[in-house]
Amino acid sequence: MTAAAARTSFWRKPSILPGFGLSMGFTLLYLSFIVLIPLAALILRAAGLSWDEFIGVVADPRALAAYRLSFGASFLAAAVNIVFGVLTAWVLVRYDFPLKRFVEGLVDLPFALPTAVAGIALTALFAENGWIGHILAQAGLKVAFTPLGVVIALVFIGLPFVVRTVQPVLQDLNKEVEEAAASLGANRFQTFRRVLLPAILPAALTGFALAFARALGEYGSVIFIAGNLPMKSEIVPLLIIIKLEQFDYAGAAAISVAMLAAAFVLLFMINLLQRWSRARIGAF
Amino acid sequence: MAATRALAAITESPKVRLALLLLALAYILFFLVLPVVVVFTEAFGRGFTYYVEAVSEPDAQAAIKLTLLVAAIAVPANVVFGVAASWAIAKFDFVGKSFLITLIDLPFSVSPVISGLIYVLMFGGHGLIGPWLDQHDIQIIYAVPGIVLATIFVTFPFVARELIPLMQEQGTEEEEAARSLGASGWQTFWRVTLPNIKWGLLYGVLLCNARAMGEFGAVSVVSGHIRGFTNTMPLHVEILYNEYNLPAAFAVASLLAFLALVTLVAKAILEWRYGHELAPVHH
Repeated sequence: MTAAAARTSFWRKPSILPGFGLSMGFTLLYLSFIVLIPLAALILRAAGLSWDEFIGVVADPRALAAYRLSFGASFLAAAVNIVFGVLTAWVLVRYDFPLKRFVEGLVDLPFALPTAVAGIALTALFAENGWIGHILAQAGLKVAFTPLGVVIALVFIGLPFVVRTVQPVLQDLNKEVEEAAASLGANRFQTFRRVLLPAILPAALTGFALAFARALGEYGSVIFIAGNLPMKSEIVPLLIIIKLEQFDYAGAAAISVAMLAAAFVLLFMINLLQRWSRARIGAF
Repeated sequence: MAATRALAAITESPKVRLALLLLALAYILFFLVLPVVVVFTEAFGRGFTYYVEAVSEPDAQAAIKLTLLVAAIAVPANVVFGVAASWAIAKFDFVGKSFLITLIDLPFSVSPVISGLIYVLMFGGHGLIGPWLDQHDIQIIYAVPGIVLATIFVTFPFVARELIPLMQEQGTEEEEAARSLGASGWQTFWRVTLPNIKWGLLYGVLLCNARAMGEFGAVSVVSGHIRGFTNTMPLHVEILYNEYNLPAAFAVASLLAFLALVTLVAKAILEWRYGHELAPVHH
């Protein structure tokens, strides 16, 4: 007991439980070797470039076209998912229907299905001779091997996020608030817009940001359906791989660092949104 | 009259309800049901015999074995890490805890492609310690160790992020009681802590394993795609697909899709049966 107290330093509260040194030591060692040192190697490699060289790689026209596609398609896909995700969460929480448990479980499929499998399945569905693709082709819409195909793959990948962030908020929502709105004369749409929407908005935006962040880095499901033409249907992760295959390590590292910076900004925003979301739920 | 109007205003009209339901189900059908159905339809398109041949030819068998081997190393490694990290984080109070949790979650914010690239930049021929490895005849990139490392990276947070909130919720009272009754540290862990977290641990293992066996991007960067040697199942699917051997590609893909469905069912059972013994986000 006294020995444990003696070992306790200014940065840790005393405890009678053992194993802090061992578990913390192993955690930091493993974290450093698997995550921190390799990530540092990436930044080191990019730092080997001068500022002008770095900008030259990160802002060349082919890279700019790839950012436009990656950010644009990720945004569109997350936008589709915020609308249909809120709808799905609503239907799952408020309505009863056959196979509800099946649908409930299936929502997480994109987390469990390997991305390469999703990629070839979506390509088969949306190719011009596919089940959905041939219907769209009759309407003159080509999906597979175009930027629209990228959006389809990213909708799939980001599907669970909004459903899973909005669902618990809807479950905890006090129905009395809706009854109060109704008894004060609001119609159903007004209640939705003025009462329900503000309550679920922070959670929905959190889900949107999570889906967007996931889509930005996604590779496996996209490359099969995208067509992968430089300047047209080439996503940023693919550009990184192409640079690597040309042994342009510094170029691959530079674009990766730019993408990591974007990912960390998103992570920071997601943290702020989650804090807002928690504060909002507390108010209801 | 007023009562029926008030009632109408807290639910939607039957027509609106039906429309919303059908719209949501159409979204689920197009994006979740049909992709799974198409995998199995294409896989068995040429009949059962062709299917069995496609999944049992030597390259497919080698890919299946490698995928199982990689998961058998990566998942236990992350279980040990997840238990150690959650013990340190949930049972003790120290400065910088939330920063440490952020660092543990970091791999989820990194693109799979970048997750592979970082190891090429460390251990590849032109990497940080690549030349030294070459001199000592140690091959990590374009070999199994690289695939294992990339898989560990992408599945890094799964077990820890399930156990940390669960163990934080459970507190330290039971362990403190065991200690004051004379149990040693390991006895306390095996007899008190582990039984309390077993379902949460299984939940984390389930998700970790699904991702470990299915990872494509990160593994693709470090693998070198050597058929029969460094090809995991997802990479084998890609090779077959690019050779326009679609029935074989979908046959191997169907095994992975089956794994995904089993994972979802097991996950649903855990949430339904043991929801209160999982991390608070699942209750």
